[in-house]
Amino acid sequence: MKKEIVAAGFGGQGVLSMGKILAYAGLMDDLEVTWMPSYGPEQRGGTANVTVVLSDQPISSPVLDTYDTAVILNQQSLDKFESKIKPGGVLIYDPYGIHRKPTRTDITIYPVEAMEASIELKNAKTYNMIILGALLKVNPVVDIESVMRGLKKALPERHHHLLPANREAIMRGMELVKE
Amino acid sequence: MKGNEAIAHAAIRYGVDGYFGYPITPQSEVLETLEALMPWETTGMTVLQAESEVASINMVYGGAATGKAVMTSSSSPGISLMQEGMSYIAASELPALVINVMRGGPGLGTIHPSQSDYFQATKGGGHGDYHYIVLAPATVQEMADFVGLGFDLAFKYRTPALLLADGIVGQMMEKVVLPPQRPRRTPEQIKEQCPWAATGGSAGRKPNIITSLELDSAQMEKNNERFQRTYRLIEQNEVRYQEYFTDDAEYLLVAFGSIARICLKAIEDARARGIKIGLLRPITLWPYPYEAIARMADRVKGILVVELNAGQMIEDVRLAVEGRVPVRHYGRMGGIVPNPAEILDSFESQFNL
Repeated sequence: MKKEIVAAGFGGQGVLSMGKILAYAGLMDDLEVTWMPSYGPEQRGGTANVTVVLSDQPISSPVLDTYDTAVILNQQSLDKFESKIKPGGVLIYDPYGIHRKPTRTDITIYPVEAMEASIELKNAKTYNMIILGALLKVNPVVDIESVMRGLKKALPERHHHLLPANREAIMRGMELVKE
Repeated sequence: MKGNEAIAHAAIRYGVDGYFGYPITPQSEVLETLEALMPWETTGMTVLQAESEVASINMVYGGAATGKAVMTSSSSPGISLMQEGMSYIAASELPALVINVMRGGPGLGTIHPSQSDYFQATKGGGHGDYHYIVLAPATVQEMADFVGLGFDLAFKYRTPALLLADGIVGQMMEKVVLPPQRPRRTPEQIKEQCPWAATGGSAGRKPNIITSLELDSAQMEKNNERFQRTYRLIEQNEVRYQEYFTDDAEYLLVAFGSIARICLKAIEDARARGIKIGLLRPITLWPYPYEAIARMADRVKGILVVELNAGQMIEDVRLAVEGRVPVRHYGRMGGIVPNPAEILDSFESQFNL
């Protein structure tokens, strides 16, 4: 088993943290993992992306040219990564702010209204967990309990009271995926 | 954890006595992690944010002179600032560990990954005939492991070591098994291990004087000859490299650090299409695995050197190959990291496949 995933969006939307939690969860599930961020000023508002590889074998490159799954949260990232999804792969995107929709027909595309859902949940900061929920529904690479343990590790202790809100967001994200 | 974080953890666990550094992207997490872990309360390790890179390296110089295990870390422009001190440390035959998590240059350049300090790391950088033992980690695990290895070699040969990483392996996260916690050496153990060190209490013996200055030319030549004898010994004993898929390889890629891993993925993709490529990854960049590459040159049709620079390590590959097979280069600069497909495209076009 090997899953090559890219997540991309605006800096601040939480793609790097989402990737980190996914990577931690993979670790808890005894998988090999690499987490390769774009780093620098984009963390503060430009476009940011992260490549996460989860595998039961040692991982060669943390840098890839094609992906099994792309999680896309803004137009620039869609323009950049849509063509780089492997045929038969998966594209998950939030239609919020997307004016040019994806056009590929050889991949499975899941629009996930996560921005709207985060407004409904009245917790914009769990936006990336809604996305993660959608990703896990489509791509159950790691166990949800491992994700929660990963979250616990990624969040400083003073924020542990937010764990239930994050779980709720993940569940909401799973519900948003329509077959 | 991140490669930079692994360095900090490994340093504490090795029993390092002092870290002196100044923040710079993409390695600021080394200092940040050390400050967060507060080892001065556990192992007694000193962690100091110095006022500059020049100050950091001279604090390392001073600490190393007393036989302490001391280190600094920085990124390319900061390492350039340290070159004078690095030359002095080498000339004073002191063990120390310097870490360069390379970013794109020249000048202030970019914060993104690069390997354009290869010349500086392996051919000098500072003035005079000296070498650092240069280790090039490709994984977060090696970031952790090479801290200990670097110090072990530095103390064994009384020659400083340089861990030459890049922004990729500094910033990426992977699984890592940290070394066990060792206690810091006691003053008595340091005196025993480092009889040359300025440890105080010299009553009854000749004082140890640590200096790089020698105005008597005949003596200075002797000093240089002694340095060179050490370097020959290191060249004999400490060459490290790793080969992948070389048994049946018709072509060879040579790459170091994280780029070697991107090459490995390119090779996996190529082999899926029946193209037999192997990879040689130098782990020590000085001493360089000339012989291993020379052996491969007798067996392959061509060699592609892949680097994040305009062509630096390729000069050492060519020295090893001595013109027997074509040696080509694929390099990206300015912080651009090639993906496996781009490497393969370059390989195929340069060898007309």
